[in-house]
Amino acid sequence: MALNLFDSKGTPVAKQRFSWRELTPKPISKLDDDAFTRVRVILMNGVESDAVRLQYAMQRFNRELRLPIAEIMRAEHHQQTMINWLLSPDHSPLEITIGYEQVAIEVTSSVAQNEPDPYLAQVYRFGLLEDFDHLYRYAALMDRLEGKDANNILQGYTDIIPGRPTSIQHRHPEDDLRDPYGPDSDPLSKIHAALITAAEYQTHEYYMHYGPWFADPVARQLYAEIASVEAQHVTQYSSLINPDDDGLTQLLMHEAMEVYTYWSCMEQEDNPRIKAIWERFFDYELGHFHTVAELYKKTLRKDPQALFPKAFDRRIEFKSHRDFVAQVLQEEVHLRARGPRFIEDKDAEGERTIEYRETLNADGIPSDAASAGYQWYPGTELARKVVNL
Amino acid sequence: MAKSTQMGMNRTGAQMAPENVKQMQQDASQLMQLQDTQVQVGSEFDAIEMRLKEIAETDRVGSVPLPGTVKGAVKAGMQKMMGRNAEVFIDKLGERLAYERTGVRLYEALIVKCRGAAQEGRFNVSIDQLLHIHDEEARHFKLLTEAMTKLGADPTAMTPCADVVGVQSIGILQVLTDPRTSIPQCLNAMLTVELADNAAWELLIQLAQDMGQDDLAEQFEGALAAEEEHLAIVKQMLQDAVQAEAG
Repeated sequence: MALNLFDSKGTPVAKQRFSWRELTPKPISKLDDDAFTRVRVILMNGVESDAVRLQYAMQRFNRELRLPIAEIMRAEHHQQTMINWLLSPDHSPLEITIGYEQVAIEVTSSVAQNEPDPYLAQVYRFGLLEDFDHLYRYAALMDRLEGKDANNILQGYTDIIPGRPTSIQHRHPEDDLRDPYGPDSDPLSKIHAALITAAEYQTHEYYMHYGPWFADPVARQLYAEIASVEAQHVTQYSSLINPDDDGLTQLLMHEAMEVYTYWSCMEQEDNPRIKAIWERFFDYELGHFHTVAELYKKTLRKDPQALFPKAFDRRIEFKSHRDFVAQVLQEEVHLRARGPRFIEDKDAEGERTIEYRETLNADGIPSDAASAGYQWYPGTELARKVVNL
Repeated sequence: MAKSTQMGMNRTGAQMAPENVKQMQQDASQLMQLQDTQVQVGSEFDAIEMRLKEIAETDRVGSVPLPGTVKGAVKAGMQKMMGRNAEVFIDKLGERLAYERTGVRLYEALIVKCRGAAQEGRFNVSIDQLLHIHDEEARHFKLLTEAMTKLGADPTAMTPCADVVGVQSIGILQVLTDPRTSIPQCLNAMLTVELADNAAWELLIQLAQDMGQDDLAEQFEGALAAEEEHLAIVKQMLQDAVQAEAG
């Protein structure tokens, strides 16, 4: 089924209400639910938290729009609450981290394959290989620190092997900024940029929040190192958004992205209780989209329908993209960034990046230390080692 | 009686996705041949080196508070310990006080859980026995508050050992307060609490004697006797609950 944003007006914002009990539903099962249910929960939490972030910023700069934006933002906040509280308390912060990286890998893979613009698709593939490496480093940490197998969380959908090494991902900001899409770019490109920016932003925030929670010095340093790369990724992906678009245009696109993402979720969810949440919030987001579309029309005197296609038919594919990732690894793991472009020659990186990286890596590299000699094995690396006891 | 342990669609194991796991291992052996995706030379010792460096340069979690008042410092109990490291005793008293106080809350969580299970006809654990333990944990908290006050120490302060047992208890509290956990799972967590508590009271008695606090040591003997009974009760409850489930 294709998605037409103008087919239905969804649930009016005034009718988007919750009770405290509804906001804190029974969580999903870490053991029994499919990993992609957790992927969707994490992704939608990121999408909602970014909606709130954008709306808070807009409220600061728009006297006229304060009330309508505050009304939408309250609903988004409560949606985020209900979604984030679906994560069950038996997930350790490190297990949730593995889930976050699975989101980054599988959702970015889907986006990279759906993306109509070749340059933007390249940006997603470039970032994908970096998050892929983060998964490997965290999986090694989890195995060696907690004695747990990251595949209990990944459920065999996502490989645990090195990508572009985290130690060389550290770049000066001038090599993280990319070229933005233009006003006439494909609407799906605009949706993708908003979506992946949101996902990376929440990953950055999660690592910043949980890094200091760890007692182990290696874990503390690893979270600090990977949080820094996630900050680079937020710079990278948010720089894809056209900075010449005014706030209302960006907000309208964000609301469209939220509708699109809930649509993708509800079409593929196999847990009926969670599916009902995606369906309910799909209608809520249509309500937000149409409210913002009206504001857009009234304030900018432009037709919001001109920004969107008649229908979106390519959704986010929540499934293992193992073959795609393997192909990208083989063809592009050696790439580096120089300004907004990607280069083949490792030795041609910018001076500022080299100096930036050398400074950060001067006292040791946590991602290397956490995973030195690590190779994933079913049941943890101890399962391989104890055979010889 | 409905079972709390059931077979189902657990998806965590490698055997649930044999093809995928086979693929994971194949990908690992092929893709890790690429120049950029090779595993770094080294081993777990790289991380151990980092940890050793941090351990060598670390600060402690904090200090044992000084007596809050001049009166506290000159109290007879404190005087008796002159020449010894009284702060070690104060720290351990603070630890036990915190542990017993949290223990009261843990039993409250367990009682709520058992009441819920009893309403549904699952598990017939004696709530009276749990209430009895709960009340004794509260009395032990009071006993330690009085002991610290008598020595001139501040029973409201968090000592370093109190802080660390608080960290230790986080997992237990998570188990007890999660609505999804079963009575046997909760009793298992409480068994850990009681085993550690017994050993800790034995140590505290020894320490009180070493510090010349014979009257306190005597009172602590009473607490230990109660804790031994708690341990026996919890152990038996756990055994009964698991055996009942196993059929």
